[in-house]
Amino acid sequence: MEFEPVIGLEVHAQLKTDSKIFCSCSTRFGSEPNSQTCPVCTGMPGVLPVLNTRVVEFAIKLAITTGSKIAKKSIFARKNYFYPDLPKAYQISQYEEPFCSGGHIEIQANGGWKIINLTRIHLEEDAGKLLHPEDNDTHGKTKIDFNRCGVPLIEIVTEPVITSPNEAYLYLTKLKQLLVYLEICDGNMEEGSLRCDANISIMEKGSEKLGVKTEIKNLNSFRGVEKALEYEFERQKGLILNGEKIIQETLLWDANKNIAIPMRSKEEAHDYRYFPDPDLVPLWIDEKWIDKIKSQIPELPKDKKLRFIKQYGLSDYNAEILTTTKELANYFEETVKYCKDFIKASNWIITEVLKILNEKKIEINDFNVSSKNLGTMLKMIEDGIISGKIAKEVFEYMTLTGKSAEEITKEKGLIQITDLEQISKTIDVVLKQNHNEVLAYIDGKEKLFGFFVGQVMKATKGKANPKIVNEELRKKLNSLK
Amino acid sequence: MGVSIKEVKKIAKLAKLEFKDEELEKFTLQMNEILDYMEQLSEINTDNVEPLYHVIEPGNVLRNDEVKPSYSREEILKNAPVKSDEFILVPRVIE
Repeated sequence: MEFEPVIGLEVHAQLKTDSKIFCSCSTRFGSEPNSQTCPVCTGMPGVLPVLNTRVVEFAIKLAITTGSKIAKKSIFARKNYFYPDLPKAYQISQYEEPFCSGGHIEIQANGGWKIINLTRIHLEEDAGKLLHPEDNDTHGKTKIDFNRCGVPLIEIVTEPVITSPNEAYLYLTKLKQLLVYLEICDGNMEEGSLRCDANISIMEKGSEKLGVKTEIKNLNSFRGVEKALEYEFERQKGLILNGEKIIQETLLWDANKNIAIPMRSKEEAHDYRYFPDPDLVPLWIDEKWIDKIKSQIPELPKDKKLRFIKQYGLSDYNAEILTTTKELANYFEETVKYCKDFIKASNWIITEVLKILNEKKIEINDFNVSSKNLGTMLKMIEDGIISGKIAKEVFEYMTLTGKSAEEITKEKGLIQITDLEQISKTIDVVLKQNHNEVLAYIDGKEKLFGFFVGQVMKATKGKANPKIVNEELRKKLNSLK
Repeated sequence: MGVSIKEVKKIAKLAKLEFKDEELEKFTLQMNEILDYMEQLSEINTDNVEPLYHVIEPGNVLRNDEVKPSYSREEILKNAPVKSDEFILVPRVIE
């Protein structure tokens, strides 16, 4: 029997607003514990939550770009449960009549595009943060920080249409890219700006009957999601092949041990008793508002990539990498304003620039070689002022000093020698010094040509224009024959 | 319609409330009286009526994304029965 997984993902993304979703407290990360709360987000009786306009605008942006249908009217609901991170004992979320439904995100898998359909996108508030320190000062108690309570989240739920752990990984990467392009989420997983839960069941290949699903939580990296799904797929397959049953349950992923452990829950099956929140009026979205937001949507990753292929003649691979982030794409487009060879420029950025960014673990905006400086250096190669080999050396100095290529070549005397007379003289000297090799060459040992080129380059410290060296050398040696 | 003692027990549990048996019986009776009273609404045909979620509709109530000062930590922690300088403390909960 051959099985395949059926996967659905729920992603919670923190919306990049200044203030919380229903009150004016700051959403700033890393502030002093419990310094960003008020009676609204700590759930004091008698307070009135009021929805943040920017949260709605961000959600409209995502809905438009995923082709999700925005509800003319959506409502907020209370999801009731007791847990110490939730001071109100309910989370304001959306249940019936969510913000929008349907839509899709395209991923590139197995050489083609695959559409991942979305079930819905809705808005909700985050809960507080619990800490379980082992120290003595709190006597083993749990500490609560309510700063995160009421931070706006957008939840994006896919249909169960993902058919491999790797597809799940690709989907998450694309979703994050989109959220960051739209500037509605910073995509920072370490700070919890993006969180993912995964549902997985398995079925026989070709079958249409869905199996019993399990849910995996505590997934804090995209690779972690992929690994956890691979683990759970194998586990479920093992159970079925052994004739055992899969129990619907929630598992917690342990990224250190690479195993998923069933979550022990004293409560019986969750009963959230959702009902419309009487404190919040329904949210109304009209065409005019949608049109206004539409005009603010930037060029999206896929469009940008296709444009890069068409406009600059880049390969699919290079275009994909350069459009990973808007900032990197901008860097490329700025660079090629100063040089002519777009493909060479793209290769330089992908190999040389990204290598340094990865080594230093920095973003392109923190890179000290400006796009103008890189473009100008590439232009110097194109014009034969420096050789490709010397360019690498120049570039290294540029990354160390932040200076321009012109400055460095001048300081270090690295400008390529294109002067025919000077090269010709050097060749004469080299031929004179290597008389025996010249004789051997004339005798037919033509392989020695490379040796002479090497000697000329050595004599000029690699600065001679190799093309001119080759031409001149061949001319001179031929005349000796 | 109506609720059974078993359901009332479950509702109490979800609300983290505990009752004696005679209280449960009493509340079951009272809850059923309330439900019966509300049941009168079913006499009206609402087939083509949109649900009304709020009396103030339509019309958005929104605020701008502006940060205003939060309460001081001292003020917020005042309500916590057990606390440290920075945190509210509760019995250890481990997921």
